[in-house]
Amino acid sequence: MKTFTYTKAQSPEAAVAEAGEGVRFIAGGTNLLDLMKLQVMTPDKLVDISRLDLGRIEQREDGGLTIGALVPNSDLAADRRVIDGYPVLSRALLAGASGQLRNKASTGGNLLQRTRCYYFYDTATACNKREPGSGCAAIGGFNRIHAILGASDKCIATHPSDMAVAMRALDATVVTLKGDGDRRRISIHDFYRLPGDTPEIENVLEPGELITHVELPGPPQGEQLYRKVRDRASYAFALVSVAGVVKVEDGKIASAALAFGGLAHLPWRDFEMEAMLVGQAPSTALFEAAADKLLAGARGHGSNDFKIPLARRTLIACLRDLTGV
Amino acid sequence: MHFTINGQAYDADLDIRTSLLDLCREHLGLTGSKKGCDHGQCGACTMLVNGRRINSCLTLAVMHQDDEIVTIEGLGTPENLHPMQDAFVRHDGYQCGYCTPGQICSAVGMLDEVKKGWPSHVSGDLTSAALSDEEISERMSGNICRCSAYPNIVDAISEVAGLTPAEREVAGA
Ligand SMILES: Cc1cc2nc3c(=O)[nH]c(=O)nc-3n(C[C@H](O)[C@H](O)[C@H](O)COP(=O)(O)OP(=O)(O)OC[C@H]3O[C@@H](n4cnc5c(N)ncnc54)[C@H](O)[C@@H]3O)c2cc1C
Ligand code: SF4
Ligand code: FES
Ligand code: FES
Repeated sequence: MKTFTYTKAQSPEAAVAEAGEGVRFIAGGTNLLDLMKLQVMTPDKLVDISRLDLGRIEQREDGGLTIGALVPNSDLAADRRVIDGYPVLSRALLAGASGQLRNKASTGGNLLQRTRCYYFYDTATACNKREPGSGCAAIGGFNRIHAILGASDKCIATHPSDMAVAMRALDATVVTLKGDGDRRRISIHDFYRLPGDTPEIENVLEPGELITHVELPGPPQGEQLYRKVRDRASYAFALVSVAGVVKVEDGKIASAALAFGGLAHLPWRDFEMEAMLVGQAPSTALFEAAADKLLAGARGHGSNDFKIPLARRTLIACLRDLTGV
Repeated sequence: MHFTINGQAYDADLDIRTSLLDLCREHLGLTGSKKGCDHGQCGACTMLVNGRRINSCLTLAVMHQDDEIVTIEGLGTPENLHPMQDAFVRHDGYQCGYCTPGQICSAVGMLDEVKKGWPSHVSGDLTSAALSDEEISERMSGNICRCSAYPNIVDAISEVAGLTPAEREVAGA
């Protein structure tokens, strides 16, 4: 590990004042330290935000929840308001990592965790995300866990978070504090970026911008589920995952929100596909048409070709469960 | 830097990069906690920090100066074993023993999570936290055992949890 200087922030304002070039916030540290040990990330300075007063979950007057950026994944999953109103979020969190990791992993850090692409982790190989311009060893290499949607010829990595997939299905908003004292509210739909020509830039945060909270709107109506398909039954990242919230009324789909993990550089959502479902009577034929739409632009890279039929079957199975077909 | 580990105060002069695990093993002679992977993937380094189980390899010592840290050495002693240690011995919950300190600390933390009502990935009902063999396996999945002593580990934990044979067999509790 490259050495660094360390300061413990006493307030969010003090934390952003310390931030700048070469500076990283550390919350749970479960992703940052993992990558620092391998010198994939080499910050000059760490600002410890773990003891800031951002560890609460609060009910807002509009019925939604405001989640502090430091709420651990385990506490969020077990919160009664989350279990009752947003079970898809509890389920996604509980499907991720291990008991020990969830106790440390924070809400903000989870959103910002980096890809598990093997080459990103291996500093002896080419990786545009780790070292812009060096190439992408995953294209033409081992790419079983890689993207089938929205990838570029510069990077085919996936976003590994389960929680973020549920957050996308729930239309969450990321609240931040910038170095100049400005606050921003960023819809989760605008938060992440596709790899394009700059896979090293993964989201719209500016350097030194601190996530202070994540807001959820009031609990959505309808059935909710999170399904994660992976290589072992526990303690493994998703190959494909689906966070779904679907409401059926009078025999027709009244609303549908479906977000996907394991498919792309960001938690994927296809609003056009959702629109196809709304107003229709649930049926296998409809679900197959939805899967066709979702995967129309899908492209495999060899070892991940299997994800295309897997995503298709997982989506159809989830829609059946959500609508009772 | 100052630490409180197993109820005892320690001072150490550390490189800022030192993990909580390396602090204990390399600087304080507390070698019970083991290093398997150093990357959060095996659970051999599990400790209890303010009562919660964490992987001590993926956290910096400097971040834990105000915390109550408990390692396997603080749970019990050879003369006075913690009930979980005693159960692991009687049920043969290990072969080589390398993962065992982490398994035991993790199991103690896990039972506390159940007491708080925390659900798991296999819980059918997220509002109830009833234990079963299936629940124990899921909740302990962050502790890998290369010797695959899993059946006996589950036996030991279910005994400490006071599960009946019928309770142990419930699926999707
Ligand atoms: C073995 C293993 C298995 C795992 N399995 C899964 C899994 O199945 N599913 C899953 O979803 N995750 C999994 N994870 C990842 C885990 O969920 C993340 O490591 C964790 O959520 C990161 O949170 P943290 O607080 O520890 O982040 P940190 O490591 O502290 O930070 C991560 C990044 O976010 C930045 N950051 C943190 N907080 C803020 C903030 N408030 N504002 C701005 N920047 C911030 C940091 O600077 C850093 O760049 C696994 C991890 C491991 C080690
Ligand atoms: S897929 Fe992305 S992260 Fe992986 S090697 Fe290519 S550029 Fe790097
Ligand atoms: S040594 Fe910490 S999890 Fe493996
Ligand atoms: S007893 Fe050998 S690794 Fe578990």
